[in-house]
Amino acid sequence: MPLTGFVLLGLAGRGRLVNAAGWMASAFQAVSAVAAAVVAWQYFFVLNNAQRGYEALDLWRMRWLTFNATCHIDMGIRLDGLSVMMLVLVSTVSLLVHLYSVMYMHGESRYTSYFAFLQLFTFSMLSLVASINLFQIYFFWELVGVSSYLLIGFHYERAAAIRAAKKAFVVTRFADFGFLIGILVIGFSAATFDLNTLFSSNCHAEAAFRELFLGLPLLTWGTLLMFVGGAGKSAMFPLHIWLPDAMEGPTPVSALIHAATMVVAGVFLVARMFPLFEAAPFTLEVVTGVGIGSALLAAIIACTQTDIKRILAYSTMSQIGLMLFGLGLAGSALGREAGYVGSQFHLFTHGFFKALLFLAAGVVIHHVHSNELGSMGGLRHRLPFTHVVFLIGCLALAAVPPLAGFFSKELILHAAVHRPFGYGLGLLVSVLTAFYMFRLYFLVFWNRRPALEPVREFANRLELISIGLPLLLLAVASVVTGFIPFAQYVSPDSRPWNPKLEPVFFVPPTVAALIGIAIAGWLYLRASAWPEVLANKLGGFYRIAYRKFLIDECYEFLTHRVLFALLGRPAAWMDRQVVDETVNRTGWLMQQWSWWIRGWQSGRLQQYAFWFFLGVFFLAIVVFV
Amino acid sequence: MNLNLLIWVPLLTTAVVVLWGKGQRAAMLATVGSVVQLGLALLLYLAYTAERSIHANVPFLFEYRAVWYKPLNITYHLGVDGISVAMVLLTAFVVLAGVLMSWNITHQPREFHALLTLLGAGAYGVFLSVDTFTLFFFLELAVIPKYLLIGIWGSGQKEYCARKLVLMLMLGSALVLVGLLGVFFSAGHTFSLSAVSATGVPLKLQQWLFPLLFLGFGIFTAIFPFHTWVPDGHSAAPTAGSMFLAGISMKLGGYGCLRTVTHLMPEAAVQYAPLIIILGCIAIVYGSLATMMQTDLKYLNAYSSISHCGFVVLGIGLLTQTARNGAVLQMVSHGLMTALFFAVIGLIYERTHTRTIRDMGGLIQVMPFVMTVLFMAGMCSLGLPGLSGFVAEVTVFVGGWEREELLPRVAVVLACSSIVLTAVYIVRAIGQVAMGPLLGRVDQVPVGWAERLAVLLLLSGILLMGLWPEWLMQLVDMPAPALETHLSRIEN
Repeated sequence: MPLTGFVLLGLAGRGRLVNAAGWMASAFQAVSAVAAAVVAWQYFFVLNNAQRGYEALDLWRMRWLTFNATCHIDMGIRLDGLSVMMLVLVSTVSLLVHLYSVMYMHGESRYTSYFAFLQLFTFSMLSLVASINLFQIYFFWELVGVSSYLLIGFHYERAAAIRAAKKAFVVTRFADFGFLIGILVIGFSAATFDLNTLFSSNCHAEAAFRELFLGLPLLTWGTLLMFVGGAGKSAMFPLHIWLPDAMEGPTPVSALIHAATMVVAGVFLVARMFPLFEAAPFTLEVVTGVGIGSALLAAIIACTQTDIKRILAYSTMSQIGLMLFGLGLAGSALGREAGYVGSQFHLFTHGFFKALLFLAAGVVIHHVHSNELGSMGGLRHRLPFTHVVFLIGCLALAAVPPLAGFFSKELILHAAVHRPFGYGLGLLVSVLTAFYMFRLYFLVFWNRRPALEPVREFANRLELISIGLPLLLLAVASVVTGFIPFAQYVSPDSRPWNPKLEPVFFVPPTVAALIGIAIAGWLYLRASAWPEVLANKLGGFYRIAYRKFLIDECYEFLTHRVLFALLGRPAAWMDRQVVDETVNRTGWLMQQWSWWIRGWQSGRLQQYAFWFFLGVFFLAIVVFV
Repeated sequence: MNLNLLIWVPLLTTAVVVLWGKGQRAAMLATVGSVVQLGLALLLYLAYTAERSIHANVPFLFEYRAVWYKPLNITYHLGVDGISVAMVLLTAFVVLAGVLMSWNITHQPREFHALLTLLGAGAYGVFLSVDTFTLFFFLELAVIPKYLLIGIWGSGQKEYCARKLVLMLMLGSALVLVGLLGVFFSAGHTFSLSAVSATGVPLKLQQWLFPLLFLGFGIFTAIFPFHTWVPDGHSAAPTAGSMFLAGISMKLGGYGCLRTVTHLMPEAAVQYAPLIIILGCIAIVYGSLATMMQTDLKYLNAYSSISHCGFVVLGIGLLTQTARNGAVLQMVSHGLMTALFFAVIGLIYERTHTRTIRDMGGLIQVMPFVMTVLFMAGMCSLGLPGLSGFVAEVTVFVGGWEREELLPRVAVVLACSSIVLTAVYIVRAIGQVAMGPLLGRVDQVPVGWAERLAVLLLLSGILLMGLWPEWLMQLVDMPAPALETHLSRIEN
C-alpha cells in the first residue's frame, strides 16, 4: 500500500499531462484509499479480532542507516490500531480533497505541481503514521512540513502567502529542534530508536531514564521535548501563530493539511509515544494544561475574527487543544481509557467534519470572491446544498447529538469528570465552540436579506462530481462516524475497551452546545446592533482578543529585534570589522615589515660597511669591557 | 586496482588540455578526462567494496609504494580506506560538474581547464596518499592553481581576494609542514602514516605538534577565526572555481585532520577535544548567524559553508566513531551541496547580472528549472530528510550524544539549533529570490545541456546519499583502532 504511495508520487511528480493531472492523482489516491480500507479490514477483522486484542505488526522493514551496534534508523510500516486508524483517515480525506481540487483548482497555472505536492504530502503523512522508528517519524515529519510550506506558498505571487509559508516553516522548525533533541534523549536512554523495542520491554523503567538532569528525570525531559515538536506541528500555544496565516494556501490544502491531517500529527505523536508519556506524569500534566489553554485561547479568538478561514483555523486549534487535553487526562487511572480513546476518536471525527467545513467554505469563497464575513450573508438560497452540508458540519463541530463530534467530545469530557476545574473549562470551550461556529454559520447564510435570484451552485456535471460528491460524502461521514464503536479498535493497550458511560454525563455538553447556539442565534440570526454593543461593552478585552492577544507582535519582536538585530547583525559586523580586519591588518603589517627588511638589502656597500663596523664596535665593547 | 591511475589521468588530462586544447576543444578534452575520472572513481568504489569484504582488517587497500627521495626516507605511497574512497567519489562528481559548468568560458579556456584539472589532480593526490609527505605535496598542488583561477577569471576585487585566500591557505600549509616535520623527526625519521602510528609520537611533543597541525588543516576547513578567506575567495572566484573551492578544497582540511592529526596523535586529540568542540560550535552558530545578514547570494552560501564545515570540525572533536563518520558524511554532503549551490548561483548570475538578493524576485516564473534546483540545494542545506545534509547532521548529533559528558551534549544541542537558523536564512532567501513579483531585467537564456547535466549530476549525488545512505555509511564506517583504544584507555 505505501508502495502505491511511492508509485503515486513518482508518477504524479512526473505527470506532464496538465489537464489529466488532477484526475490521475485522484485515481492514484483512490487506489491508496481502497488499499487503506482493505488493510483496516484485514487488520481488524481477519488478522486480529476483538477477543484476542490487536497486536502490532511490522509489515515491512529495511535498514536505512546504522549508527552503532544498538542505534540505527529503520524504515518500515508498522500496523496497530492507531496507525491503521490514521491510515484510513489520511487516505480517505486526502482522496476527497484530491477530487475536490480537480475542479476547484481548475485553470490555475501550475496545476500539475499542485497535485504533485499534494501527493508528496499524502505519501509523507501516510509514512509518518506507519513509522517503526523514532527517526522515521522525524524524517516524514519534516517532509510533511516542507510539503505544507510548498502548498501554503502555492500562490507565491502574493507577499502574504510567502510570509505565511516562511512563518509556518520556521516556527515548526523551531519546534522540531526540541523534537530532535527529545529523540536523542529518549533514544539514548533506551539505547534504541526502534519503536517496537521501545514499547515492548519496560524501557521506561530503566535506570537511564531515571537519571536526573536539572531536577527532572530524563524520561520527562525527553517526552517534554518531544511534545514541543508535537505542539509546534499541532499549532498549540505558544507555537500556534503559523496556523491562521497558513490559511493563505488554497482552501483544499487548508482542509487536508491544516485541518484534518498534518496539524493533528502532534496528537498522533503523543498517542504513539503514549507508553513513554504515561510514565512521565509531569509531561502529561503539561500536555493537559497546554491543551486546554490553547483550546480556550483559540475559542476566544475565534469569536472575534472576521475571516471565514481564520475562524475555522482557530477552531481547529481549539479542537486539537481538546484532543491533547484528553490525552493528558489519560495519564490518571480514572480517565485513562476515556481520555485516550476520546482524543483519538475526536481526531478521527474532527478530520471529517473539519474537512467538510473547509471545503464548503471553499465553495462559499468561490462564490463571493472574498474571505471576509462582511461580504457574505444570506447565502442559504443561492447555495442550498452547501448550506445544508455546512450546517451539518457546524452541528458536528458544536457537538450536538447525534452527530459525530458529540460522541468523541463527550468521551474527552468524560475523562475530565474527576477534575471539576478541567471539566468546567471543557464545558466553557464547548459553549464558545458552538457560539463561534453558529456565529459563522448565521453570518454566512442568514443575517442579511437573501438574494432572490438563485444561482446554479455547480456549473456542470463535472463540478457536481468533483465538488459536490466529496462534500456529500464528508457530510455523511460527519453524521455516521460517531456511531463507530471506536473503543473496540483503538485503545491505550490495544485491547478492546467497553466504555461504561452514564447518560447523566450526556446532558451538560449538550446543554452547553445549545446555549452557544442560542446566543449566536440571538446575536447574529438577523442583522442587529447587538454585536457592536457587546464588543464595546467588553472593550479592551475584545480588542486584545481581536488582535490575537498580541502574540504575533511578541514573535515579531523576538525575530526582528532579538534574532536579527541582536545576534545576526553583530555577528556579521564582527566578522567583517573585527575578524577580517585583523587578517587584513596582519597582512598590512607583514607588508610594512617586509618593506623595512628590504631596506637592509639595499645593495649599497657603504650601508653594509657602516652596519658591519658598528657591529664590530659593539662586539669589541662587549668583549673588552 | 592501481591507484596511480587516479592521479595520472587528471595529470594527463591537464597535459592534453595544455597541448591540444585550443579554444572550445579545451572544454571537450577536460570533460572527457573528467568522465574517465568519474568512471575510475566508481570502479574504485566497486573494487574497494569487493576487496574489503575479503580483507576486513587491513587499514589500507591497494597500496602502492615507490621510493621518492632516499636520503630523507620520502616515499610516494598511495592507499585507500573507506574514507578516501568516499572523498574520491566526491571529487570525481564535483570535478566533472565543475568542468561541465565551464563550457562557456571564452577567456583563455585552455589555461582555465588546465588549471581546473590540475586542481583535481591535487585533490585526488591528497585523498589517496598514505604518506604524510606525499599528502603535503598534493595539498600544495591543490592551492597554487586557485590563485590563478581567481586572479584571472574572477570578478570583483579579484586580486585582493585571490591574494588573501592563497596567503591564508599558505599559512595553513606552512603550519602543516612544520607539524609534519616535527612528526617526522620525533617518530624515527619517517613520513609513512602506518610507521608513525606504530611508533607513536611522544606525548610531550604531541602537545606542541597537535595545535600546529590542527590549525594548519583547520584553516582549510575555515575554522574560526581563520575563516575569512572563504567569503571573499568564493565571491570573487568564477563559478567552477567556487565549486571547487567549497566542494573540494574545504574538505582537504577535514580529511587531513582525520588522516594525520587525530590518527597520529590520539592522546593529544583527547586533550584538545573540548577546544575543538567549542571551535566547531562557534563555527556552526556564529556562521549561521552571520549568514542571516548577508545580502549577496555567494556570500550567503560562503558563510553557510563555514557553518556547515563546523559540523566537520565538531564531528572530529567529538571523538566517537559515529561522530567521525558523521564528519566524513558531512564532508561528502557539503561538497555536493555547496557545489550545486554555486553552480545555481552562477546560472542565476548569468541571467540577472546581479547577485544581490534584494534585487531579485519572482525568478521561478522565468527560470523554473534553476529555481527548482536552488530550492533543492537550499532544502539540503537546511537538513531536509531525503537529501544528504540530514543524514550527515543527524549522524554527528547521534555520535555526539554517545558521549555522556555535559560538554559534548551541550555542543550537540547548540549544533541542533542550527537547523532553525539555517531554515531562517534559506527560507528567507528563497522567498525573496524565487517567489514574489518579478524584479529587474532577466535575460532569457536557456540552460545549456552541459549545465543541466552538471546540476543533475550533483543532484543525483545528493539524492543517492539522502534517500538511502546505508551504502555510504558502510563504506566510511571504518574502525579507527588507535583512537578507539585510546578512548577506552582514558575512560578506564
